[in-house]
Parts: sequence; structure tokens; C-alpha cells
Amino acid sequence: MYREHILSHYKEPQHFGSLQHATHHAHSFNPLCGDDLTMELLVKKQQVEDVRFSGKGCAISMAAASMLTEIVVGKTIDQLKKLTKDDIFKLLDIPLSPGRIKCALLCLETLHKAAYGEQSKGDKGEHHDV
Amino acid sequence: MLSAINPSALKKQFPIFKRKIHGKSLTYLDNAATTQKPQAVIDTITDYYTNHNANIHRGVYQLSQEATGLYEAAHATIGRFIGASADEIIFTRNTTESINLLAHSLPPLFGKRNELLLTELEHHANLVPWQQLAKRAGMQLKFIRMNSDFTLDLADAEKKITSKTALVALCHVSNALGTINPVQKITQLAKAKGALTVVDAAQSVPHMPVDVKRLGCDFLAFSGHKMYGSTGIGVLYGRKELLERMPPYMTGGDMIKRVSYHDAEWNDLPMKFEAGTPHISGAIGLAAAVSYLQKIGMENIRKHEEHLTALALEQLKKFSVTIYHPGINHGAGIISFNLRGVHAHDVASLMDDHGICIRGGHHCAMPLMKKLGIPGTARISFGLYNTEQDVAAVMIALQSIIKKFGVKV
Repeated sequence: MYREHILSHYKEPQHFGSLQHATHHAHSFNPLCGDDLTMELLVKKQQVEDVRFSGKGCAISMAAASMLTEIVVGKTIDQLKKLTKDDIFKLLDIPLSPGRIKCALLCLETLHKAAYGEQSKGDKGEHHDV
Repeated sequence: MLSAINPSALKKQFPIFKRKIHGKSLTYLDNAATTQKPQAVIDTITDYYTNHNANIHRGVYQLSQEATGLYEAAHATIGRFIGASADEIIFTRNTTESINLLAHSLPPLFGKRNELLLTELEHHANLVPWQQLAKRAGMQLKFIRMNSDFTLDLADAEKKITSKTALVALCHVSNALGTINPVQKITQLAKAKGALTVVDAAQSVPHMPVDVKRLGCDFLAFSGHKMYGSTGIGVLYGRKELLERMPPYMTGGDMIKRVSYHDAEWNDLPMKFEAGTPHISGAIGLAAAVSYLQKIGMENIRKHEEHLTALALEQLKKFSVTIYHPGINHGAGIISFNLRGVHAHDVASLMDDHGICIRGGHHCAMPLMKKLGIPGTARISFGLYNTEQDVAAVMIALQSIIKKFGVKV
């Protein structure tokens, strides 16, 4: 599970941080393991121009989030909504034990919430628990 | 210090250790979650189903009488093990059910007392039932504070146990931090103020001598599967005089003496609290587990686990870890720790690659983790079959995790 590409994304995550003018924003928290993830998108004309994620969690959840951010720029909101579990599993390209699937999918859930919720950055009213 | 028992020889009595995990021999260090089962317990359960299976208390035929005899003897065996009489031993599903029984059946004994006192160290099993009772009955819920060294703040206990306290419920050993609570001192304080006491002994009964008279508690709960018995069988000890005054928890068959269409009369103890066909094989298996433990000796088991705990604590300190343990004088064989820069689930997953079973997470103690300011810990917990080699295996695995993650030591 802990192949080199996973560990390098964990140690040096891509798009880690926050966006000043995010148009879409969502936060997820998994109380079972304390994984905490925020995704921010800058969307113009239905297309993702930029993305950032922040939070803390295990190597699997952080690496998955980092890898996911690498493929979202340029995609439309509709395309984001169509991303599936299998897309994440393909990105990770590791055998996941059943206990760790939730970790891997936290990023997708957060991205979907951002895509569907279309929350602005100022609107932090909704905090969902997994 | 030499170990008081020969754990390698004991390990051979547990068939599961013959199997391999990811091609490695099994190093099982999640005994606080559940223990492995010795052949003696497996054989007893198999023998019951092979030769004695029948429902209890009803049949006049020999088979039913055999099953009844075995089931009743189990009450006596477990009673003797903790210094209680057979009719003070109620079989439940687990510690959780034992405590739920109390949260349901104890309030009529509270009188005008309106406060429930717990500790900050409790497992959800000894927290949520009381928390929900407090909400239902409009009672006050209070907590004895934990000191920064993970021990219980006795001065705070003294302050909070008052004539308003209906009940003090606390764990004997914390499942998350290994802290051994000064139960005797707490029950003395409670008695002086007339409060009832409940001890969650799920993490002590399998690992050290426990005597309810010495502890001075009114109730004590534990689980069979954490003490080398099967899952689905638990125990509630209660002082007879109190159990007699309490209403039943579940009602139905077996817990009655006489029933009419409009009324029922409760059975004697312990049947009054054992409605329906009980987990007969589980109870008989648990008695076998108790006999197994008694043969080894609880004092010996404690000494052995103490030795392994001291060894592991000492070796863990060489790594870049935070350890959440009160030290060998106040702690049992449960060690929670975090490796800097590595999530507890990653530690546990990577240990699994080495055939090592440890737990990572909040250990059903979310408020305690929040108090410590962490999402969870990696946790090693010892059982009687663990060896110094098991401790060494953990350290080797930690080395490789550190190398993999590039953690600065």
C-alpha cells in the first residue's frame, strides 16, 4: 500500500494550501480517524481554473487528495461530478485493504460536496461529517 | 527481571499462532480489543455442542440437566474467580450490555441523588449509557479529571463525590492509556458519601487479580472475549442485596417464576436478569477460560505483562514518539503512542505488513482523544502469550516505518 508514489505525494503534496478567491469550497471530517480535509476550487465558466486542498490525515488520504488535485484543473463541474471511486483507485494504483478505502475516498467526497454545494469561501456554514 | 511465565510455551496452546499473515508469523498485540482463544476453550465449546447441547432450566431429560449443570457451574466458577457468589454473577453479551443493564435498572435506587460521576478516561461503553441516562432523567453528569501524567486526579474525585452523587462509574484500567485507576480509594470515598460504584473491569480482569470485595465496588462489568473466552458473553457482578432491589432489565422467558396474562413474578438471582435462552456455550467456554487463567495464575500474568510493558516503554523511547502511558507503577500492558509525522493508521497498516496486529485510532474514547488534542494513537496491548520477541518485532517494524516515511529521529 505504501509505494513510493504514495509516500512522495504524502511528503510533498501537490496543490496544498488555500485559494484567495475560491468559488467552491467544502470540508469533510472523518471522526473515526480524525482525517480532516478542505477542498477549494476556483471555477470560471463552469471550468476549474485552480484548486487547493488542506487538512491532515493518514498517508493514504493525503496522497489521494494530492493526486486528485492533479487531474481536476481544466475539468468542468459536470466532469467533477462524474468522477467515481474507481477513478480514485486508478489514481492511487495500490491494493487498498478494506479498512483504508474510506481514507482514499475522503477527497472524492469532499470534491463532490464542493462541486454540488457551490459554496463560496465566505460560506462556511456547512460542515459535514462522514 | 525474568518473566513469571513461559509465554512461548503458552503461545503453542493457541492454535491461531500456527497461521501466517502476509507470509510472516503472527504477532498479536491487540489484546485490549480481543484476545486469541486457547485450545482448552475451543475444545470445551466444541464438546458442549458435540455432547451436551440442550436448552437449560426446562428439560427434565438428562441432556438438559447436563447443560443446566454446566451453565450453572459457570456462574460459580466466575464468581469464585472475582470473589463473588454464583448468584451475583449475571451473564450478559459483553461489558457494554452489563453497563446498559445498570443504566436501566439502577436509577430506582438513586433516591433524590441527582449526579452521575464518571472519569475523563472512560471508554464509550462506560460513558454513553450514563450520558443518555442523564439526558433521559434530567441528571447531572460530572467527570473526575485526569492529571497530565494520565493518572486520575484524586483530589478532584474527593471534591466531586458528594451527598448528591448517585453513582461513581469508572474503569479499572483505561483501554486507551493503560492507566490503572485507584478503584479502592474511589469506592471508599463513594461509600463515605453513600454513592453507588460501578467498575468497568474489561481491561483488568484478564490481566491482574481482581477481587470485588477488595475493590469494594457495588458492581463490576467485564467481557469474555477479552479474557480468552468467546465473543457474545459478558459478565455483570452486582452485590446481591442491590440486585434484589433492582427491577429487571429485559423481561420474558427464564427470568420469571410465575406468569399470568396480566402479571408476572420475577425469578431468583441471577435468572431475574438473564431473560431468554442465554449464550450457554459462551458461558461454559468462559468458565473454561477462567480455569485456564487460574492455572497460570493472575499474579504471574500481571508480572509477565508488566515486564513486557517496561521493556516496550524503554525501547519505544529510543524513537521519535510521544507515549501516552502513566508509567509502569500506574499503568497496565496497554501502550498508546504516536510516531512523529506518521498517522496512527499508517503505523498500524505498516505493522500489518510485518504480521503484527496493533490498533490505530481513537479506541472508543473520543472525548479523551480530544482532551489529549490528537485524533488517535497507535496502541500495543499485551496478553499472556506475548513474548520479548514480539516487542522486538514491533521495534524492527518501527525502524522500517521510520525509514519509509523519512521521519527525523
